[in-house]
Amino acid sequence: MPRVLLIEDDPSVREGVELGLRRRGHDLRAVATGEAGLAALGEFRPDLVLLDLMLPGMNGVQVCRRIRETSQLPVIMLTARGDDFDVVVGLEAGADDYIVKPARTEVIEARIRAVLRRLTAPAGRGGTEAHGELTVDRAGLTVAKSGERLLLAPSELKLLLHLSASPEQVFSRQQLLEYVWEHSYHGDARLVDACVRRLRQKIEDVPGTPRYIQTVRGFGYRFGPVTGAGPGRADKAPLA
Amino acid sequence: MKPFAARFGLRTRLVAAFLFVAAVSAATTAALTYREARSAILQQAQDTAVAQFRDRLGTQSVTLPLDAEQLRRVCLGLARAGSAHSWTVFAEYGDLKVSSSDRPTSEVITDELREDTRTATHGSFQRVVRNGEPWLTVGMPALFDQGDGSQPTGLVLYAVMPLSAEEANIAAMLTAARDGALPALLIALVPALLAARSVLRPVRDLRRAAAGIGRGELDTRITVRGSDELADLAWTFNESSTKLQESVDELRRAEQRARRFASDVSHELRTPLAGMLAVTEVLDEDAAELRSDTAAAVRLISAETGKLATLVEDLMEMSRFDARAADLHLDEVDVAETVRKTLQSRRWDDRVGTELAAGVRAALDPRRFDVIVANLVGNALRHGAEPVTVRARSGRTEDGDRLVVEVEDSGPGIDAAVLPHIFDRFYKADAARTRSAGSGLGLAIAQENVRLHGGTVRAANRPEGGAVFTVDLPLGER
Repeated sequence: MPRVLLIEDDPSVREGVELGLRRRGHDLRAVATGEAGLAALGEFRPDLVLLDLMLPGMNGVQVCRRIRETSQLPVIMLTARGDDFDVVVGLEAGADDYIVKPARTEVIEARIRAVLRRLTAPAGRGGTEAHGELTVDRAGLTVAKSGERLLLAPSELKLLLHLSASPEQVFSRQQLLEYVWEHSYHGDARLVDACVRRLRQKIEDVPGTPRYIQTVRGFGYRFGPVTGAGPGRADKAPLA
Repeated sequence: MKPFAARFGLRTRLVAAFLFVAAVSAATTAALTYREARSAILQQAQDTAVAQFRDRLGTQSVTLPLDAEQLRRVCLGLARAGSAHSWTVFAEYGDLKVSSSDRPTSEVITDELREDTRTATHGSFQRVVRNGEPWLTVGMPALFDQGDGSQPTGLVLYAVMPLSAEEANIAAMLTAARDGALPALLIALVPALLAARSVLRPVRDLRRAAAGIGRGELDTRITVRGSDELADLAWTFNESSTKLQESVDELRRAEQRARRFASDVSHELRTPLAGMLAVTEVLDEDAAELRSDTAAAVRLISAETGKLATLVEDLMEMSRFDARAADLHLDEVDVAETVRKTLQSRRWDDRVGTELAAGVRAALDPRRFDVIVANLVGNALRHGAEPVTVRARSGRTEDGDRLVVEVEDSGPGIDAAVLPHIFDRFYKADAARTRSAGSGLGLAIAQENVRLHGGTVRAANRPEGGAVFTVDLPLGER
């Protein structure tokens, strides 16, 4: 069972989520401040961080940035829908997913599992593939650019693996939300957009004019064609 | 601008009034002057003529009885004596008629004058217009004086003279009056325009300011100039604007307070709910091991916590709409697929029929569209009756390409009294009915979401029974 670090200032939410997740067998550590959360990272070594955005002192966005500086630890934000600006800022800071409060434990756990789930490499593909300067190792779950290994957050890695598994195929944002984030409802496309932006910052030579992850206006995103000069065909993606 | 405002505008009316007054005064002055001058001139002319004629006649000696030859000499003598005027003299003596001209009788002399001359011993005169020419005719009976009064001789002399010179004088006067009146009118234009401007500028300012107020620029004020009625008006306008602004500000503050309160309350409720909702499963799981009444209480708490969480979430959503803080995150989606996903995720796909046009793509906010469809279908399942059908199609209207989504049920339809309020918040279709299964905000939220997309939603009853909700959205750019 995954080890979860919960950073939440409100005692009732903290205790409630702790109680609910412990019941489901999670090893949970709950702290009340961002500073305590960062301190707990080293000794508790969680598999995942549940992070409230509205924290006294150091806020959730700052905590998320600090975590992202050094690690690929999955981060799920706890937020309230409608705090739109916060959601976007939190996603830009590197959060992999977010949960709207109030939420049932089953929803929280489903999200935790989704973020932690490893992408299974599609059949017929093994070893490493090269796309331009990018080297994708599906088995080792690593991505390197010009031989240098990239530090990717779980959601970024999953998105890149998913897109590059079917080069030149267009995926709609809703499809990506379902495949990569396992959102069963109509999720928030900003999650995809923010993740694509972060990924481009890391893999593209010029993030403004992407070579690898291209936007197909009105349809979604597509990986490549990396070496082709033309924009390629905008195929309709098959329905899931 | 109004197309005919210029025709009867204030400026036009003011100028017209000024010109009218000027014209009337000029015309009246001219008319009076003309009348007085004309009568004075004519009076003088005829007085002079009559007096002269009488004098001449007095100096003429005639011996009676007269023959034509003598009479003609008398006429010629009298005609020559006309100094200021060229007279033509006619004489009538019994049935003897001679004149100083070639014609023995004049056609200018009227019977009226003859009659007057016969009865009046001092002679009489008459102004006659013949063929557009004015004439003065004077009739004099020749009298004799034998010391004991005058005796008529039966001889009557008439002098006829043209008044064309006087007429020309009068015409000249008329021309002068007219030529004087025109510049007067033109000069009257200047004060008219000035007065119009002095009235119009404040009025224009007032109009501009009123339009500003109408646009919601409540801090619009007018500069007060002078201390006349228009300045009073401007001052009053400013006072009213200030009062209006104060009231509106107060209303806005009150509304803001109310909205903030609703929003704060929902926010405050959300935190304890987040804690409660996280532990409902614990309650549900362990309820079986508790005493039956405790178990019932625990299950009640768990169920109501879930409902409360939904209600608070809906309240938050509503207060965001009210605060206009609801954002639209558009994405191009396949409509049929989106509707199917909505039904699947709520496990309604086997209960709800669909007629979804394939290949319709629309730019919409998937989460909000999901809420729209889910709330309408949920409402149909709760308050209508199955079968419930969802239809989606695109259509082309003069407003551009539209997406039309219909949700039909086969229930009793919506009561006519309820229909206008169906989208109201917390509206209870049945006063006796207790809390609905939903939050009571479902349709209101659906409507707000539709509006946010720039569309409309309306409810109606189908002729064959059952209610139908129709959502009409812009398809968005392709």
